[in-house]
Amino acid sequence: MEICGKAVTFGNDVNTDVIIPGKYLTALDPQELAKHAMEGLDPDFTKIASDGVIIVAGTNFGCGSSREQAPIALKYAGVNGVLAESFARIFYRNAINIGLPALECLGILGKVDPGDELCVDLAGGEVVDLSKNESFRALKFPDFVLEIIGDGGLIEHLRKRLRRDGLL
Amino acid sequence: MNISEKILAKASGKEEVSAGDIVEAKVDTVMINEITGPLAIKAFDEIGIRRAWDKRRIVMILDHEVPADSVKAAEMHKIMREFAREQHIPNFYDVGSGGVCHQVMVEKGHVRPGELIVGADSHTCTYGALGAFATGIGSTETAAVFATGDIWLKVPETIKIDVSGSFQRFVTPKDLILNIIGQLKADGAIYRALEFAGPTIDEMSISGRLTICNMAVEIGAKTAIINPDEVALSYVKNRTEKPFKPLRSDPDANCERNIKVTVDNLEPQVACPHTVDNVKPVTEVEGTPVDQTFIGSCTNGRIEDLRIAAEITKGRKVKEGVRMLITPASQEVYLEALQERLLEAFVKAGAYICNPTCGACFGGHMGLLAPGETCISSSNRNFIGRMGSPKAEIYLASPATVAASAIAGEITDPRRLEM
Repeated sequence: MEICGKAVTFGNDVNTDVIIPGKYLTALDPQELAKHAMEGLDPDFTKIASDGVIIVAGTNFGCGSSREQAPIALKYAGVNGVLAESFARIFYRNAINIGLPALECLGILGKVDPGDELCVDLAGGEVVDLSKNESFRALKFPDFVLEIIGDGGLIEHLRKRLRRDGLL
Repeated sequence: MNISEKILAKASGKEEVSAGDIVEAKVDTVMINEITGPLAIKAFDEIGIRRAWDKRRIVMILDHEVPADSVKAAEMHKIMREFAREQHIPNFYDVGSGGVCHQVMVEKGHVRPGELIVGADSHTCTYGALGAFATGIGSTETAAVFATGDIWLKVPETIKIDVSGSFQRFVTPKDLILNIIGQLKADGAIYRALEFAGPTIDEMSISGRLTICNMAVEIGAKTAIINPDEVALSYVKNRTEKPFKPLRSDPDANCERNIKVTVDNLEPQVACPHTVDNVKPVTEVEGTPVDQTFIGSCTNGRIEDLRIAAEITKGRKVKEGVRMLITPASQEVYLEALQERLLEAFVKAGAYICNPTCGACFGGHMGLLAPGETCISSSNRNFIGRMGSPKAEIYLASPATVAASAIAGEITDPRRLEM
């Protein structure tokens, strides 16, 4: 499993209110949410992201509310994955559960420039900056988390488990 | 083991667990509101299971945008109502029967010591005030809990915070937690459990304990928890008939860090734009003009909060050109405030009383800010755009500081007001 995309960089403590403000949360359509992704921080974000990007950020990415609309908005805006020094735990779980890879990658912020071409090997945890020909090590996922990502998110993963147990 | 480890051991059917273990735990109660709920319901439908694992363990609350302020909000409410009906969920709080979800959870007896509670809202950590292990989750995960009743959790390390000393007049638990947030910073407790203890906590009301546990998530904590004492047990027993078994930390239980705080000399605290950890003593920001003042939310919309605000507001007038919004956290709080004639004091002072809802705190309705406006709020987040325009500024403080600021029209130390 590999994800690739141009890097978009952010600093520390990017909160879910700037990822998707509360006033848009009555929208259930992911495309509608995506239109407002990162609106509070960068009004041009959705234009940049539409080609497929990887977010590189500092500590505590996704802090604040539990709104799953935050990773959904990012995913549907064109974000293929998020690399951060650390994550707020609810955002992290939400991202994995909806099939948006989120990897802890210590020391990455400041080493990658916006626009760099990145590729991430999800199983091995290797991040390659093709533009700079450098590589970084992300924290490897536990096996069961990798399975959830491989299945495309928690719902499919759970369906598989329930089918296996004869409950579905 | 400490209290968090004991609850997670019990919930996962193990004799013992320790920090770092990943456990598959049985959930006692799961809560959704109408912002996170419809997504959870959609995900539950996708799983394909017809019946939720246990309808009595699901609590559904409409709070963020009640009554519906738009057709879209009305549609979210409708999805919730239909699911509650289809699944025969007894604990559904519609418009008029509840209020802000976390307040409803505790006052209607859905939180008991020793239980594991998950909720699709980040401030679920509030319930630790009653000795439960409670944490926020997302919508998809909630759907999985609806289907199975299980969730995987990592047993967190614990940061123990020992609090001693007595608060000065008009200095409150909100000032304590803001001060702690300012010290530990927004990522200071990521994945950790905060355990509050010490003589100040022993003497603190349930309302104050709820406030400090509520804001633990603002420093990234998974939860906050207080060992249940007689005060907590009697609060719970008055609200539930369901039996429960309180758990408490062993005297020698380990923790990752132990922080000591004294409140004797604590000044009122203010979190300045645009992060909750940008905390200063009120004396450093006094005189900042405000356009709107807001008292409400799951952090500080309880009767004690309204009492202290009314004490300051009574017989005075809200400064001309300044708006003061009062949003009781629940129907129960609203009724008490009515019976105690607090609402009368607010109205006479020129404040505007809103119905119980998350309202302005969440930036959904009832008091959004225009570009260039400044608000001082008793709520929990001052992020860019949180309460409306991304060009507005939000300060966070205690209800006492907010009320004093409404009267003066600028950020004001409540200790200055002559009573």
